[in-house]
This record gives sequence, C-alpha cells and structure tokens, in this order.
Amino acid sequence: MESIPRIGKRLDPVKLREDFPVFTRRVHGKPLVYLDNAATTQKPREVLDSLADYYHAHNSNIHRGVHTLSYEATLMYEAAHRKVAGFVGAPGWKTIVFTRNATESINLVAYAWGLANLKAGDEIVITIMEHHSNFVPWQMLRDRLGVKLRIAGVDPDGRLDIGEFESLLSERTKLVSMVHASNVLGTVNPVKQMTEMAKAHGALVLVDAAQSAPHIRLDVEDLGCDFLAVSGHKMLAPTGTGFLYGREELLERMDPFLFGGDMIEKVTSERSTWNELPWKFEAGTPDIGGGVALGAAVDYLSAIGMDAIATHEEQLLNHALERLSTYDWVELYGPSAEERVGVISFNVKGVHPHDVAGMLDEEGIAIRSGHHCAQPLMDRLGMEHAARMSFYLYNSKEEIDLAIDTLEKVKRLFG
Amino acid sequence: MEAEHYELILDHFKNPRNYGTLEDADVSYEEGVPSCGDLVRLDVKVEGGKVAVLKFTGKGCAISQASASILTEKATGMGVKEIMLLKDGDMLESLGLTVSPTRFKCALLGLKVLKKALLQNEKDNASGAAE
Repeated sequence: MESIPRIGKRLDPVKLREDFPVFTRRVHGKPLVYLDNAATTQKPREVLDSLADYYHAHNSNIHRGVHTLSYEATLMYEAAHRKVAGFVGAPGWKTIVFTRNATESINLVAYAWGLANLKAGDEIVITIMEHHSNFVPWQMLRDRLGVKLRIAGVDPDGRLDIGEFESLLSERTKLVSMVHASNVLGTVNPVKQMTEMAKAHGALVLVDAAQSAPHIRLDVEDLGCDFLAVSGHKMLAPTGTGFLYGREELLERMDPFLFGGDMIEKVTSERSTWNELPWKFEAGTPDIGGGVALGAAVDYLSAIGMDAIATHEEQLLNHALERLSTYDWVELYGPSAEERVGVISFNVKGVHPHDVAGMLDEEGIAIRSGHHCAQPLMDRLGMEHAARMSFYLYNSKEEIDLAIDTLEKVKRLFG
Repeated sequence: MEAEHYELILDHFKNPRNYGTLEDADVSYEEGVPSCGDLVRLDVKVEGGKVAVLKFTGKGCAISQASASILTEKATGMGVKEIMLLKDGDMLESLGLTVSPTRFKCALLGLKVLKKALLQNEKDNASGAAE
C-alpha cells in the first residue's frame, strides 16, 4: 500500500462553509448537508467571483486578438494552465490540456494516441474498479482496432489484486489505464507501484485521477505516469472544466484530437500544420471563463493545503466508518480507512438505496444512490445498487452524525 | 421525514396486496427501470371489459413496489377504457405522500406496465379474432 500524504494543518469546515454561497440555502426547509462530492463539488466564492470577473471585465477571445481584452484573456487562460501544472507537479504548463472533464481527457488519449499507435493484438490493461469513463473508450478501441482489453480484479473488500494485475502485463501491453481512487469504494490504488510494473514492460500509463486529485496531493513526476486525467468540477471548479496532463514528448508526437480553429499553426486549402502545445489539443474557442475559474479553484485548494484536506477527510471517514460498522443492518463496502479517500458505499439492509437517498433528501441531506457509473465493479462485488456518501473539505463531523442519525430513522421506519 | 407521511407506502411495501402470479392470466407484462433496477410484472385477467383479477410481482424501491400494490387495489374492477384514461397525476394522488419528481419513474412504473399489458391484451384479442 502506498501511503496517502495526510499531514497538514487542521482545517475548520464550519468556517470554510462560509466561503460557499450554496450553504446559505435550505433544502426542504433544512440546512443543506452536501455529501455527494464524488459526483461534483460545491464552488467557493473565490471561484464564482473569478468566473464573474472574467466575464465582467476581461471577456474576449484568446490568442489572435491585438486588443487589450484579448491580451488579458490570453494571459488569464495561460495562467490557469500554469496553476494547474503546479497543482499536479507537471514539469511545464504546456503539458496541461484543458478539457471538459476527465472523460474527455481519457477520450483524447484514446483517439489521439490510441487510434494512431495501437493495432490488433496489442493489449490495454485496466482494472475492474474503473468508472465507465475508463472502460468505454477502450472498448471502442477494442472494437475498432482489435486490441485486447485485459482487466485486473479486486478482492472482496475492493482492493486491487496486484498479483493478477502484474500477471496481465507483457510485451503486448501498450497501455495501462487505471483509476487512482475508486468513485465507488474510495480505494486508493498503488499507482506508483503499478506504473513501475507497467514501465518494466514498456507500456504507457494513464492515471484516472478524477477522484484523487481533488482530495490528495499528486505529483505526476513522482507517480511516473504518462497521462493524468482530472475533472475540474470535482475540485471546486465549474462544471465543464477538466484537464489532461501528458508527458511533453508524447503530446508532441500525437496528432490532434479535435480539428478546427486555434489548434492550427498554418492552414492552406490543401493542408494544415498544428499549433504548439497545449493549443494543438484545444480546438475551437475553449471555456475560457471556466478555465480561469479552474485556476482559482486550484489557488483556493492550495491555500488550504491538500495534506490538510486529506487529513480532514480521513478524520471524517474514520468517524463515519466507526459509527456505521456498529450497525448490523448496514452493509459496508470497500477497504479500511487508511486505504481509501472519503467515499463510503453502503446499503441499509432491506431498503433500496433510492429510498434511503430520498428520505435523506427530505432532511436536506444529499447523498447518491445507484450504480455510480461503475457497473462492472458492482457486478464483481455482487452489489446491485448502493447508497454513497462522499466527503470534502466543507463537511463536518456533525453533518455526518446527522446523516447517520437519519439512517437510523430510515431503518426504524422500514422496521 | 415524518412516519405518518410514509404510512401507506410502507404498509403496502411490507404487506403487498395481490402479490403473486396468475396461471390463467389473459396477459402478463413486465417492465423495469434499467437505471435503478426497479421491476414490476403484472398478470391480468380481463372479463367483460373490466380488470377482474390483477396480480403483481417485482423488486426494487419501496415507492415502485408499494405503488404497484396500491395500483392493483385501485384497478381491480375498473373498466379497461377507464384505466387507459388514468393520468400520472391520478396515480401519484393515490400514494398518500408527495413523491419527489426524481421518483416519478418509480411511482408510475406499475401504471405504465398495466397500460402496456392491456394494450397487449387488445392486440392479442384482435389477432386471435382474425385467425
């Protein structure tokens, strides 16, 4: 197991909540308790203000303009790439491509690298823990190119079977694409070790960090991965924002994913040449305002400190797991608190998770229920559906107690 | 989350009415909501243009299963034409609680299956008569 960096100053979630305007509203007359952070997170005023400031004072199209606003927008958008690069330890900001979300980031690799570099007989290794976004693009390549998709399993507690993972690797393995933290179980995979194993066989490595980057400190150079896919909206930024980190020499050799404006260097009626990184992969007018706000989200998280956030979430996780494990009517999934981020999938025995989520909603408590876009994992673990609560920096122990007290009420009602 | 609010739904969920299948059903129909796994199967006996016997089986959330149970009580003895004219709102009103829009699919699954079953029965009768 790779240890999760978790030392940091103590944070005060009740104080932090004041930064998030959404927490002033009430749901069914009750204060909002938001425990659906694995789906998307709330946005602090700093992020919302940066978005508004961009549109209020700087809105313009980037890159080609000579005028002042275009220059300012270009600088702001590039600065956001720099902030994101710093956030994940990328060696340069040109290795950061802004996308709509982690799904698009993974698709970028599947289309721009996969279609051009893979052939029948090549193999892609993933894990059964993947979100659909790290399953379906590779199924597409399998169907188009005849590459083989090999899937490493998990033990009953949702830990990766690292032995099986290693046994799937061979000289035929061209890509290993794996989730860093499971959005269902919270399991944090030993991606550094897995990357070393993959590299020993000459494979490229993509890490789906959608569920880890918002919660634990990441360093792409330390991980050694070739690609890293992240969703901005799961880390306080607006929806429609995300990014891909790619090793520079790989991105340089890859052809574009989308074609059109801004991704070109020169266009004649016969041919075009591609713009430099990262613009080669950001065709058309991007979400400039969203990108700028993603930069503001990174600033906000960095000011608090990712280690402090991870420590806080671990405390919440420990508390929640401790309480939930005392009930024989709660079914808990996933490994121990040290091995996961703040995501808990569970079932109240005899109660459909939709009923659980619906009843909690009446108390202003937002949790998710269903298959969590990870049906292969759910099938493997024999979970048809589950309820899920997932934490972030603004959640408090009191909120978790309220959610669990409400689960007790649900259980009493159903008898 | 008041207990009284859930009284009817939980009563029907815990003690479903008309639960089971019919060996001599005129028509059986089953449909689910793939996104949440709710499933309702209805076995219907139609006599003289009316639903004479209605049985259900299924699985899923309390809202979907209790709604199906409530529907079997409501629809037994009702004319087929009358049932086909039932509105979603009529069904939601019979549940004794305000269903959130996110749960409409669950609450209306039984009614949807019943209407489809009755349409299927009409089709079967029409093709049977033509033979």
